[in-house]
Amino acid sequence: MRGQETSVAPLLQAAETVILGKTGQVRLAIACLLAEGHLLIEDLPGVGKTTLAHTIGRLLGLEFRRLQFTSDMLPADVVGASIYDRHHARFDFHPGPVFTQLLLADEVNRATPRTQSALLEAMEERQVTTEGETRPLPEPFFVIATQNPENQVGTFPLPESQLDRFLMRISIGYPDSRAERQLLAGQDRRHLLAETPAVMSPEGLQHEQAQVRDVHASDALIAYVQAILAHTRSTPELQHGLSPRAGQALLRAARAWAHLDGRDAVVPEDVQAVFPSVAGHRLQTCNTAGEAVPAEALLAAVPIP
Amino acid sequence: MTAPPPAGIAHDRLKWLLAAMGLVIAPHALQLPLWLIISVIACGGLRYLLSLRGDALPGRLTRLLAVITATGAIYVTYGTILGLDAGVALLSLMAGFKFLELRNARDALVILLLGYFLVATAFLFDQSLLSAAHAAAATWALTTLLITTQGASDASPVGAHARLAGTMLTQAIPIMVLLFALFPRIQGPLWGMPEDAYAAMTGLSDEMTPGAISNLSQSTDPAFRVEFTDGPPPRGQRYWRGPVLAAYDGQTWTQERTTGRNATEVRALSEPSRYVVTLEPHNQPWLLTLDVATSVDHTAEFDRAHQLRKSTPLRERIRYEARSALHYQLGRSLGDGERRRHLALPDDAHPQARELARRWRDEAGGDRDVVEQGLRHFASEPFSYTLQPPLLDDDSVDQFLFETRAGFCEHYASAFSVLMRAADIPARVVTGYLGGRMNPAGDYMIVRQSDAHAWVEVWLEGEGWVRVDPTAQVAPERVEHGLAEALPDGDPAPGGVTGGDGLVGSLSLRWDAMNAYWNRWVLAYGPTLQDNLMQRLSLGSWQRVVIALTATMALLLGALAALLLYRSRPRPPDPATRAWRTFRHRAARAGLRAPASEGPHTFARRAAAQWPDQAEVITTITTHYLRIRYGRHQTAADMTALRRAVRRFRPSRMSGDAPRAAAEPGAAGSHAG
Repeated sequence: MRGQETSVAPLLQAAETVILGKTGQVRLAIACLLAEGHLLIEDLPGVGKTTLAHTIGRLLGLEFRRLQFTSDMLPADVVGASIYDRHHARFDFHPGPVFTQLLLADEVNRATPRTQSALLEAMEERQVTTEGETRPLPEPFFVIATQNPENQVGTFPLPESQLDRFLMRISIGYPDSRAERQLLAGQDRRHLLAETPAVMSPEGLQHEQAQVRDVHASDALIAYVQAILAHTRSTPELQHGLSPRAGQALLRAARAWAHLDGRDAVVPEDVQAVFPSVAGHRLQTCNTAGEAVPAEALLAAVPIP
Repeated sequence: MTAPPPAGIAHDRLKWLLAAMGLVIAPHALQLPLWLIISVIACGGLRYLLSLRGDALPGRLTRLLAVITATGAIYVTYGTILGLDAGVALLSLMAGFKFLELRNARDALVILLLGYFLVATAFLFDQSLLSAAHAAAATWALTTLLITTQGASDASPVGAHARLAGTMLTQAIPIMVLLFALFPRIQGPLWGMPEDAYAAMTGLSDEMTPGAISNLSQSTDPAFRVEFTDGPPPRGQRYWRGPVLAAYDGQTWTQERTTGRNATEVRALSEPSRYVVTLEPHNQPWLLTLDVATSVDHTAEFDRAHQLRKSTPLRERIRYEARSALHYQLGRSLGDGERRRHLALPDDAHPQARELARRWRDEAGGDRDVVEQGLRHFASEPFSYTLQPPLLDDDSVDQFLFETRAGFCEHYASAFSVLMRAADIPARVVTGYLGGRMNPAGDYMIVRQSDAHAWVEVWLEGEGWVRVDPTAQVAPERVEHGLAEALPDGDPAPGGVTGGDGLVGSLSLRWDAMNAYWNRWVLAYGPTLQDNLMQRLSLGSWQRVVIALTATMALLLGALAALLLYRSRPRPPDPATRAWRTFRHRAARAGLRAPASEGPHTFARRAAAQWPDQAEVITTITTHYLRIRYGRHQTAADMTALRRAVRRFRPSRMSGDAPRAAAEPGAAGSHAG
């Protein structure tokens, strides 16, 4: 089952040299990318959210843009606007920052819901419609949005229905002491990154994405995914169970995970590995505090059929 | 005073409910008075309209008034509100009224249970195959509606409920058969209402008054059916002996009250033939036999007049086997008292007939000559055969013999007997049936009520009682071909008597054959047959029957439960999973426990860490297991390799707490890395 080293292996290796001590998170981020999903990073400033996004863009040779969200931002600031060109006496569409291959949407919860939904719609549809005209976004298209869980004053937290648009939600956390020492002693990450060559082209990424879609999920595995979904629906601590779309997302992410592992078939561990990131933001506990759902506890309660 | 608008019963459900109850009540409409039928239909129609318009149902006061009025009306109609007819009428009416307060599923349940009860009451009036078919259809409809109104989701179509109801009823058939066979049966209906229960039975009467209108001939109901072992007797010989009437008061022939118990001696002059009769109940004690019966296999006795009688009236359909000889000598000697009784005539009755008889006696040489002279008289004089004879008022015999000269068997038999008695020859009237038609669809003979006949027996010294049929002199076709042929053109034959020819006739014969089977196997299954069955099953008393019933039901339900358990058993895992479980089981016995939620990779890693010497085997097991269970392609070789590796897996017993770290289940989310 354990496959040969694939072309994603150098990608992982290179990413790990830039982002120290965060193997799991890097892996999840790349799995999210391979599964053609968008990523939501929820963490404090300064733990390397931007670096992670930068690294991915750099290593894959993707066109990268960063957009800092603020409360006075309008949808046009995201998707672009038609501006009257006096010279030619016509309206010209000026594409917004969303017209890129990798968009880092920083502090997405600072923007108004209107602006948020403009971005989220673009994410979902992979196209932008303004003034009756539909413009496709570049391929591949990948959004990494960040959210600051602390200091929520004056923010508009993404509603649950919008959270569903993100395939995964991860947090990065502080590095361990060894990685932190390495980080402090070593080169500045930006410079390091600037020197790092791309290990894969956007076309290569698309090829990998196609392979992920082709990863086999056997009946036994689908039964396992179903058992997990059923369990979330019957757990009284949860407000509601996972939707069928969440089930699809889970399977998609598990496929990417299996592919990262060099396998052409999903095993239960793949599902278990991605489950916290895929399900975490889709499940809500009944208690008002809205504490994080112990995804591990959920998994532990579901026997593998 | 208005009730809240109807809720809970959707309009389209209501339509079906009305239709089903209509089906249930339909056969009762034959018995119910017109006003009641109209009331029931009006209730249903009103409820339908209210539902259609979304109006409120009638208030409590209205309903109360309606019920009181209706109960009063039933009392006025029937003179009671108890008893079979009034009870069923009340039940039907209340079922109609119940619709007016049909609000929720519970009310629907009440209506449906009423419906089941009404289906059952239909059998009190009619137990034919047709009503059984109706009851089955009605039960199906009610069960369907029960599913529809009780808990089925609104979305599911009624057709699906009908299918489910059909399945359920089919599954209930074994229980039905069991209860049918074993449920203790008692003689007669459960409700002690003989006048109701047996009023409808038709058949021969134990008296005969010529001149009364012929009712019997109009009915084509089967009187009995006969299966012949050696083929049917020739047409002219199909005389079925019923009540013998010897007492005469000038108007009416009746049975003798003082018939001797000692049977008349019968001597068969030809080989007796065997047959089995299935006799419809007629609420009279006598059984019918082909003239003349030599023996019978039933608890019934021949009396002095050679009538076969039971001690009680026949209230259930019975089957009996009998033997009859077509040529016979009935009776050897006639006692003085007997002779006197069979010559008795009222003193001043029938002067003209007496005069005629005296003339014959004077002219003739012996008794036989007188009999032949009498028959010749009927043949030569302008007598005619008709089912609609003129009414005879003062002296019926003289009037018939010398004025009207038109009549049917009763007139001829009566007049001939009177003539013979006047001529000093002992004579009596024998009633019964003449004829019968073979049903090719069932290979049996049907004898219908319309085959009823009356003939004469005269006592001839040395010959015994001899059968003489004066009707045959007038209408030989009646004897040879049956009633329809005997009637003059233009005389309407009773409906169905002519059956047997053409499509309608053949269909009606087929229908009768089906009814015959129904009668024979279902309706005839009364206490007697049940007793026989019980004896054959070595179940003597009803206590044993109840035990047998309970035991069989328990067995049936037990078998059903076993089947359901078997169906819902945990699916046997595929071989790969079995092998994998063996592997995990062995590891667990050796001390490496793992939660069921732990993935195979994770477990294998821990196992390999625990038993490094087995690492290779563990890798083999895991690789093949994963390929079989989760992989895209797998081969039979994988299975073989997996089995072999699992056999080779021999973990050493984990000792102490040395390998604790490895033995602790890893986090479920740990990746396969």
